[in-house]
Amino acid sequence: MTLRFSKHTLANGLDVLLHEDRGCPIVAVNIWYHVGSKNERPGHTGFAHLFEHLMFEGSEHHDRGYFQPLQGAGATLNGSTNADRTNYWEILPSNALELALWMESDRMGHLLPALTEAKFSNQRDVVLNERRQNYENRPYGLAPMALLAALFPAEHSYHWATIGEVADLHAVTLDQVHAFFRRYYHPANASLSLAGDFDPDDALALVDRYFGSIEPAERVPPIRETAALPGQTRIFFEDRVELPRLHIAWLTPHMFGDGDADLDLAADLLANGKTSRLYKRLVFEERLATDVSATQNSREMAGYMQLTATASPGHSLAELERAILEEVAKLGAEGPTDDDIQCGRVQAEAQFMFRLQTVGGFGGKSDQLNAYNVFLGDPDYFDRDLARYHAVTKASLSEALRRYLDPDRRVTLSIVPQGRMDLAAADSTQVAVV
Amino acid sequence: MKRTTFESVDRSRLPLPGPARPLTFPSLEKSVLPNGLRLWTVRHAQVPLVALLLLIRRGAASDARGKEGLAAMTADMLDEGSGTLSAIDMHQKMARIGVQFDTDIGSDATVASMTVLSRFIEPALSLLSDVVARPALREEDFARVRQLRLHRLKQLRDMPATVADRAFLRLLYGEQPYGHSPIGSEAALASMTVDDVRGFHHTAIRPSDATLIAVGDTDHQEIARIAASAFSDWIGEAQAPPAEGGSRPERSPLTIVPRPAAPQSELRLGHVAVPRDTPDYHALVVGNTILGGQFVSRINLNLREDKGFTYGARTAFEFRRRPGPFVLQVGVQTAATVPAIEESIGELNAIRGPRPVTPEELSLATAALTRGYARNFETAEQISRGAMQLALYDLPDDYFAQFVPSIERVTCADVTRAMAAHLDPARLTTLVVGDLDAIGPELERLALGAPAVLGADSF
Repeated sequence: MTLRFSKHTLANGLDVLLHEDRGCPIVAVNIWYHVGSKNERPGHTGFAHLFEHLMFEGSEHHDRGYFQPLQGAGATLNGSTNADRTNYWEILPSNALELALWMESDRMGHLLPALTEAKFSNQRDVVLNERRQNYENRPYGLAPMALLAALFPAEHSYHWATIGEVADLHAVTLDQVHAFFRRYYHPANASLSLAGDFDPDDALALVDRYFGSIEPAERVPPIRETAALPGQTRIFFEDRVELPRLHIAWLTPHMFGDGDADLDLAADLLANGKTSRLYKRLVFEERLATDVSATQNSREMAGYMQLTATASPGHSLAELERAILEEVAKLGAEGPTDDDIQCGRVQAEAQFMFRLQTVGGFGGKSDQLNAYNVFLGDPDYFDRDLARYHAVTKASLSEALRRYLDPDRRVTLSIVPQGRMDLAAADSTQVAVV
Repeated sequence: MKRTTFESVDRSRLPLPGPARPLTFPSLEKSVLPNGLRLWTVRHAQVPLVALLLLIRRGAASDARGKEGLAAMTADMLDEGSGTLSAIDMHQKMARIGVQFDTDIGSDATVASMTVLSRFIEPALSLLSDVVARPALREEDFARVRQLRLHRLKQLRDMPATVADRAFLRLLYGEQPYGHSPIGSEAALASMTVDDVRGFHHTAIRPSDATLIAVGDTDHQEIARIAASAFSDWIGEAQAPPAEGGSRPERSPLTIVPRPAAPQSELRLGHVAVPRDTPDYHALVVGNTILGGQFVSRINLNLREDKGFTYGARTAFEFRRRPGPFVLQVGVQTAATVPAIEESIGELNAIRGPRPVTPEELSLATAALTRGYARNFETAEQISRGAMQLALYDLPDDYFAQFVPSIERVTCADVTRAMAAHLDPARLTTLVVGDLDAIGPELERLALGAPAVLGADSF
């Protein structure tokens, strides 16, 4: 399962990763900037994501929409922001590679002359609508805000959600946007990955021509923060929903850290798919819940595991909480079965293979190379990443569960129908989410 | 590598693409298994995976009146166990080979699909045949799955975009086959029995109108051998889907589903339009790309990039076996509801003639569709979905090769004529899911008459 690629670093600090794949006459261009909402400060949240929008509004030498020329060349393109990084990608016919490099280098090197107040205020309105659509006007949509705020203390950079707070979005000024660009959007804070139908030598020469003259700024020092839950936090809020929902969350190891792969597999064993313990018990047998799910959210500085279940009519969140904690404790005490471990390995292999199918987009080969390069400084990590999952044993998985999913150090969030505060799990405090 | 370079790039103009590398379209190998099941395969050996897809050309439009939701319920029951295998056992077997299994249900089709490591192709096909041909369809599983779907329906009432989609189909088609979304209604689900599901499986999920598509690191003979054995006991003719029946409801120009204090209004504007086999297909694809089918479409540039009313707006002709809907869909901040409707109607009117498609717009849309076509043939799953379109709509084997020239033949005049013929603002139905108190008085301004008010639980 090795992925052949080469890594180069331009004189200005830009990392360039090249992976040749001649299967289809297309190429993926993928850039990561090592900046996310964790680089924001309280009172200025939502900045990194709002900025991502502005990257599509034109740059000095192409001061029109970013989409037109690329779509005209047959490209599909997008970008995304999370707590740790911002990425941008195009997938386009291989004969248009140079166009994508022109466009990406123009917005890396020459964005600010084109960044006006009018564009800025238009995209702020768009982002406020994105927030309404994906969070405020969606059932249970504000859960991430409540969970993150309870898991991480106010001074921690994971305390807020990437979309940001409405008041902060209104308070942003154009000057702040310019300063943000100068600090974070430059070659020494970026990684460019190309995958697909091209000659690597030619591609490197092109990349050097387009990006080589962009001035770097100072390297961004890494943020190092730790978090620990001192005990239990029990909270709830009311929402426009029919059925109450329970989230239980714990702080867990950071991405690629010890125990991260164990907890990733543990999430599946606990609550993902029909064979999971909680699905079997809560949905299939006892019918206390309409759905269950679990995620090990791995981030650069810390992770958090989140278990979610929605109560069936007539059943309480207390019943769900009890059952969830019992199953977590049981898996921690007894460990998984041999069959569980075997399935986990095969599934990890299949998942890795699925990712290798495509050169680009979110999660394709170019994106994955950048993930390894930006977070580990080493793009040559596919094999070792898979090996992490193959190394999980019954003992290591149960140890990780016992160590991290401590019933006495967790956040328990209830989301209840409006006017039904009585349905929240016991001893919960109401929190305001906006 | 360390090099120092100076700006050696001409930034006064964008680089032009070089000559395109030709794309080799996947070639379909076809045969028919002894039970009548059509087998289509494509060799695509990039990665040791195989995408399997079984297409049944019966979907939610085959639901009888009063049984809305039956096709989806049946699809949902397929992986609830087979023979003596329980649902859990069956999924355990899938987990052991790392398979990703899905069922999709649309108006015209039910699709079961899995992607699997190629070394597990034999057990995967065996499981796929268990699912499709020999589902257990037990009473107790039915009761549980139905209950989950009833809960789901209840939860959907709180999801404004879904409320809008469901209500809009009802307004457009009434009780006709396309008048409900696959999940159906609470009343129909409540009266459904496991015998209904068994009956639907017996009469609709049959090999005579089914196609098994396998794409990946495999060959036709091998799949044919394994599939012939796995599906050997699956026999029978599928009954024809019910005739159209019933008349379309009278047009209701403006309807609102109240959602008090909603921060956004979900809007749907449209009417019943054309089937997949319309001769204007390519002209409409190009026209819709310009109107609302891509980021740089008229409607998105207007409502999002100019006005900032929304996170995104789009339009689509939903091409189906029978005339499907044309829909403009957008979620806008509450205060922008009426201006957004006015702008939307303005755009629909404009593209029919007053502001016809320009040569620049045409060339951008055509280029996006043709130059981007290769991207659809990268992965085994993409190719299997492409082949499925051919099987679902009876398209010719050389369809992929014909797509680009067919799009390139479309002219500005073709687009204007096709849009004028198939897009009719006088027939528009407009639906708002939003805060009636906040926008009610302003809606009067639209001259669409007083809005009909519909409850979220009435469809």
